[in-house]
Amino acid sequence: MIKPRKGWAVSLDKIISMRNVNYTYMKNSPLEKQAVFDISLDVEKGEFLAIIGHTGSGKSTLVQHLNGLIKPDSGTITVAGMPTKGKGLKELRRKVGIVFQYPEHQLFEETIYKDIEFGLLKQGIEAKERERRVRETAAVLELSDEILAKSPYELSGGQKRRAAIAGILVLEPEILILDEPAAGLDPAGTRELFDIVTSLYKEKHITVILVSHSMELVAEYASRIIVMNEGRIVIDGSPGEIFMQAEYLEKIGLGVPQITKLMARLSEFCPGIRRDIFSVRAAETEIMRCLGGGK
Amino acid sequence: MQDIIIETIDAEYTYQNHDYPVMAVDGVSMSVRQGEFIVVLGRNGSGKSTFARLLNALITPDSGKVIVLGMDSAKEENTWEIRKNVGMIFQNPDNQIVGTTVVEDVAFGPENLGVPPAEIKKRVVQALRDVGIYALMERAPHMLSGGQKQKVAIAGVLAMKPSCIILDESTSMLDPIGRKEVLDAIVQLNKKENLTVIHITHHMDEACLADRVIVVENGRIVSQGTPSEVFSDVEKIEGLGLDVPQVTRLMYNLRKAGLVNETGIITVDQAAERLGRLLG
Repeated sequence: MIKPRKGWAVSLDKIISMRNVNYTYMKNSPLEKQAVFDISLDVEKGEFLAIIGHTGSGKSTLVQHLNGLIKPDSGTITVAGMPTKGKGLKELRRKVGIVFQYPEHQLFEETIYKDIEFGLLKQGIEAKERERRVRETAAVLELSDEILAKSPYELSGGQKRRAAIAGILVLEPEILILDEPAAGLDPAGTRELFDIVTSLYKEKHITVILVSHSMELVAEYASRIIVMNEGRIVIDGSPGEIFMQAEYLEKIGLGVPQITKLMARLSEFCPGIRRDIFSVRAAETEIMRCLGGGK
Repeated sequence: MQDIIIETIDAEYTYQNHDYPVMAVDGVSMSVRQGEFIVVLGRNGSGKSTFARLLNALITPDSGKVIVLGMDSAKEENTWEIRKNVGMIFQNPDNQIVGTTVVEDVAFGPENLGVPPAEIKKRVVQALRDVGIYALMERAPHMLSGGQKQKVAIAGVLAMKPSCIILDESTSMLDPIGRKEVLDAIVQLNKKENLTVIHITHHMDEACLADRVIVVENGRIVSQGTPSEVFSDVEKIEGLGLDVPQVTRLMYNLRKAGLVNETGIITVDQAAERLGRLLG
């Protein structure tokens, strides 16, 4: 018997559905460790979901379930209408693209063009269609023809990162999972990348799942945030709802944006001030409101 | 001046790629004082890592000079003495493990320097204590967390008794807990042991801990000063593709709106104090 949880109403747009998923690494060995406990999660098509949690919280284990890299010990998973085991795995992995940490380490072809094309070749897609898709994907990721002709060694860190993501995106996944996509990028490179991901989600309606421990970024871009701790989902809500629990987040080892901390401090002077704020612009508006309110 | 331990004079360095050369460091003159905590900021490809490599003789300048503790880095006989004195911690914690236990790993450096065994033991114990990983001594480094691995790497450098430690984006692969662990350790070493620290990072909150922030762009130093001074120029920093702390940006906006006068606010405490007066 599957235990119903919040959001259990059947929806046609549900792209991911996990029920009571458990997974233990190295079962029956001295290093046995349960990584996720009784996870139930629904994701709607077209959501921009962020999963945050410190190292070892189970977030990477969770996302590896979504394309069948890991199969649950118990519980059920349906992704894009398919189970994550059995015959359909190949098809599932086409629908669920995972960009792992430091994906540029996996670039291997002579040119960026060939690298992006590789997955399409493997799928036996004909030449004309391959070229169309490579060019289109390159344009989305702002990789010029000049860059496409270069070797991975000639590219900057940010360009390489985008090229590696292009190699996944060219397969036209329905779900794009990014594991710490901004690690090691500078602030401007990070913003460029997130703006591109946001446009994918807005214009192409790709479901995006972002695994990160950068609270500022997550808050700014995601529409929904799941917080994981010790293998369990401990909070699930909008960025505003998440940051209302700033103290708890810090307790479980997650950073809270400076602005959120500041708003908590200011509530001492202006009791009605909103504390569910994490962006500079919202803080500015709220401070103006408090000043305007005669207090 | 006596307490200057590193000095660069018009240092230049160009990567000789096969088809086109790239000038990574373009005439940098600066000096580092004993006990300073310097943070270097700059975009990917700005030349900050190349600059760091010049400081411990991993590379030597094409023109200009790098002088470490009075030794010219271009002279080969100085190379080892310079590297012993300027330790470097890299980005990826997994690429810096050499031992099967933490003790072995930390002892590797002094062993290579030919330090007598009794002295090695003393130094290893001290280094482990200094970064707070004494209890992990017998553990296998590859089983530790990212933050702990970086602390093992730091202890390994400390065991060589350096005058200066350079962290080249050593916190960028760590989660917030790991970052804090490493930061706390280096702040302690800097304050208590007077160890000189040069920390390269993209995290503005880490820059706020420094005595001096140096901003690098196109191989040149384009801004330097206390964190508060450097971040005061919000437009310049953002124009360079870098961020200022959120509260600095907020205070800048409020100043433009005519509500406050101050610049250079970088911490939540400072902002809360100032805005408290405004709201109270």
